[in-house]
Amino acid sequence: MYNKNNTLFIYCVFYFAFLYIPVLLLPIFSFNDSFHMVFPLKGFTFDWYIQMWNKSRLHQALFNSIKVGIIASVVSTFIALFAAKAFTRYKVKFHGLSYGAILLPFIIPEIIIAVALIVIWTSMGLKLGLIPVTISHILFCTPFCMLILISRMEGFDKSLEEASMDLGENSFWTFWRVTFPLLLPGIIASLLLAFVISFDEFILAFFLSSSDQTLPIYMWSQLRFPKKFPHILALGAIIIIVTSLIVMTAYWLRNLGQGKKKDFSIGI
Amino acid sequence: MNSTIQNIYFRSDQAKAYTLLSPALILVIFAMAAPMIVMIFTSFNTQISMIEIDRTFTTGRYEDFFSKPIFSMLLFRSVKISFFVTLLTLVTTYPLAYYIAFYVKKNKMLWIVLMTLPFWTSYLLRVFSWRVILGNKGVINSALMGTGMIDEPLGFLLYNQAAVIITLSHAWAAFAILPLYVSLDKIDKSLLEASYDLGNTKFETFWRVTFPLSLPGVIGAILIIFIPTVGDYVTPQLVGGTDGRMLSNMIQSLFGRANNFPLGAASAVLMLTTVCLIAALVTYITKKVSMRMS
Repeated sequence: MYNKNNTLFIYCVFYFAFLYIPVLLLPIFSFNDSFHMVFPLKGFTFDWYIQMWNKSRLHQALFNSIKVGIIASVVSTFIALFAAKAFTRYKVKFHGLSYGAILLPFIIPEIIIAVALIVIWTSMGLKLGLIPVTISHILFCTPFCMLILISRMEGFDKSLEEASMDLGENSFWTFWRVTFPLLLPGIIASLLLAFVISFDEFILAFFLSSSDQTLPIYMWSQLRFPKKFPHILALGAIIIIVTSLIVMTAYWLRNLGQGKKKDFSIGI
Repeated sequence: MNSTIQNIYFRSDQAKAYTLLSPALILVIFAMAAPMIVMIFTSFNTQISMIEIDRTFTTGRYEDFFSKPIFSMLLFRSVKISFFVTLLTLVTTYPLAYYIAFYVKKNKMLWIVLMTLPFWTSYLLRVFSWRVILGNKGVINSALMGTGMIDEPLGFLLYNQAAVIITLSHAWAAFAILPLYVSLDKIDKSLLEASYDLGNTKFETFWRVTFPLSLPGVIGAILIIFIPTVGDYVTPQLVGGTDGRMLSNMIQSLFGRANNFPLGAASAVLMLTTVCLIAALVTYITKKVSMRMS
């Protein structure tokens, strides 16, 4: 009944091009020997990559982003791990309410969270910087991590845990020796994806970072100057390649040992 | 004594469940709920100097918001742009999700990965890329002028609402593809066969069986795209120009150069209220519709 549909297939190919062309333009122009992003291409150069290497503010921003990303991904994965365990193993009272509350930061416009945090932070007389940025990233990443971990937990056989308990292990050792190894691919996937989200996040960092720039804020500050712009393209090309590799690894890990599980609700 | 408490604790699944949930709930309460309450309080205050805020209660900021037409106009425009973004994204990604769910036999996972991968690459750079594509010296214009089809660059491509809508629709595609695909893939194929056996055409089957059954995915996609895009800042700032400015850009300037935190907070509160009302309305209507359809 559903063997072939060439019209739909051609449509998919076009949509695919629509999705990828904007992403692929940046790496192409990052090797172009001109300040302007205009076709036809002028000539091949590595200059922008070399220029990028010598920007000390970029290094600082990169370091800040990595720092925030690591802390945010580790903390939110931890928090999400507990929450996912609660939702998959127990019949939680007020399930819908707690579940919705934890997912909320992911759905409501980020600018509202940014405004709320900047208002409370400054009214307490605290200085803006990487600390509120990290807190906001933890808040934003946790729902994502929880969804990833819930789908991982639903995927494995509960009787393995029960067997361990029957054999006399207490709940801590059961978790450490049975549950944790089974969950590990999901945990690593959650760490990687949360890191990518935090690393890319703009609006929360834009409101809360003050003078401690993260990488997206650094890029934003350079967009206005055409002369400085090409090295952002080089940086962008590297970011695109590295994040794609990280995300593909995370996808692969998420489905590792899951067998033919049909539902891949990649984080949503 | 201690052991009885321990016993009660270990017997109560609720206590265990909520112990596990507590870090997440504490996070939401302290990093989201409390700040939002402070934001609401601040929206009833007055900024008196660069750093000082008068904490006496006043509804003045809301009066400011509604007395200056620009604010309501920007809020309305934000909602309007998000509406079109949601519509465009749904219409363009539905066939795709449909194709993957019903026609792709092997490597479905690969298709999904490829369709969602661009979503993970830097949002800022993707939006910027659209400026390069649509700009006066951009890819489209230089290509058209290179082939001699036009002499002057087409100025209407960039810095307007259409540019914002296209760019946002591109950026949020993954959020539509996934829920649509999941709901379409769940549909029992024998229902479709039954529909054909009863003499329905392909179109009738789609309209009467497939589409109603995919509604949960459609609602999911609507909410997950519409709500966040109302508050988008980057896209209108980079490709919107003055015509494409949205409320977020105003909010940002109130926290930046204009330095009026209370008015910024009031704008954020009104944005949130609008979004919640529309989300509730969408959920309510779709429930009614799906009840009538079945």
